[in-house]
Amino acid sequence: MNITVLSINAIAVACVIVSLVKDRQKTVQAFRAAWRSGVSLAPTLLGILVLIGLLLGFVPAETIGRVVGEGSGVTGVLTAALLGSVLHIPSLVSFPLGGSLIAAGASATVVAVFITTLTMVGFVTLPMEIRVLGKRFTLLRNGLSLVAAVIIGVLVGAVV
Amino acid sequence: MQGASGAGQGHPGAAQGQPAKQNPRGWVMLALLVAIAAVLLIVFPAQREPSLNAFWQFLVEMMTVMPAVLVIMGLFAVWVPKEAVNRHMGRGSGARGLALAVVFGTLPTGPLYAAFPLTKGLLDKGASPANVFVFLAAWACIKVPQELIELQFLGWRFTVARFGFTVAVIVAMAFVFQWLLGERESDVADRV
Repeated sequence: MNITVLSINAIAVACVIVSLVKDRQKTVQAFRAAWRSGVSLAPTLLGILVLIGLLLGFVPAETIGRVVGEGSGVTGVLTAALLGSVLHIPSLVSFPLGGSLIAAGASATVVAVFITTLTMVGFVTLPMEIRVLGKRFTLLRNGLSLVAAVIIGVLVGAVV
Repeated sequence: MQGASGAGQGHPGAAQGQPAKQNPRGWVMLALLVAIAAVLLIVFPAQREPSLNAFWQFLVEMMTVMPAVLVIMGLFAVWVPKEAVNRHMGRGSGARGLALAVVFGTLPTGPLYAAFPLTKGLLDKGASPANVFVFLAAWACIKVPQELIELQFLGWRFTVARFGFTVAVIVAMAFVFQWLLGERESDVADRV
């Protein structure tokens, strides 16, 4: 039990108490929503954990470091940006994945770019976004988000 | 990465008050992945221990925070109604509008595509494209409850740095976005 785990659980308990005092019905609803989210996220979360296990067990740290490590430079950033844009996985899942990559020698820049593109840029949802918001809006937004992700990654890498 | 594909639809907060979404494809993928992992570990016994150790370590880290985060996200979903977001952002302009866009973007839960219809409503009500860009970006990658998971796996430094730089960069990008959208901005507003 580290301090992060304790604080997160303490925050949750505090929120639940406040919510219970204000409205019992809504609190029950919130728990139902939480359960539903948990059930639908479970296979993805477990799948990522299995992948993390294989990644850390099979791929030597030097290899990961070479592809997405400190010295990987532009190639590492572009790889992360491309993967992040194309893959369609919930951002919640991207954090343990990012943590495992850093544990294996990936740079903070690469992981920040990956997380940011994963959430902000969506190739899979492009048709849906174009239908609702129009082609020009969608393409500009995704393009600029990609640029923003790289800038954010470089800045994060500079201070972490 | 196959185990992860198609899981986007099973995102927290997307379906409020609806029955739990079954995700048989996700479970089939997981079974497949576990089978492949089992074969690999049997064929390469040397990798068995490091793999299982890593899996177990991350599983424990996940299980100690995930229930709490899911509950917090559930509470956000019932206490931060999407209509409130719509009401306050519609007239937002200037620095206040941008600040509201960041705040409102980080509060609700759900995947980015759940925000598209909401965005359309905001544009219809006269929110500026810059504000809408900030709103979508904040919605996408700096959700408050999810930051707790980031804290757990990536640490304070990384989380705070990414949060701060993300806000700064997306606000700057928002103006580039508005400028590039240019005079045809009204066309977009008309169309959407």
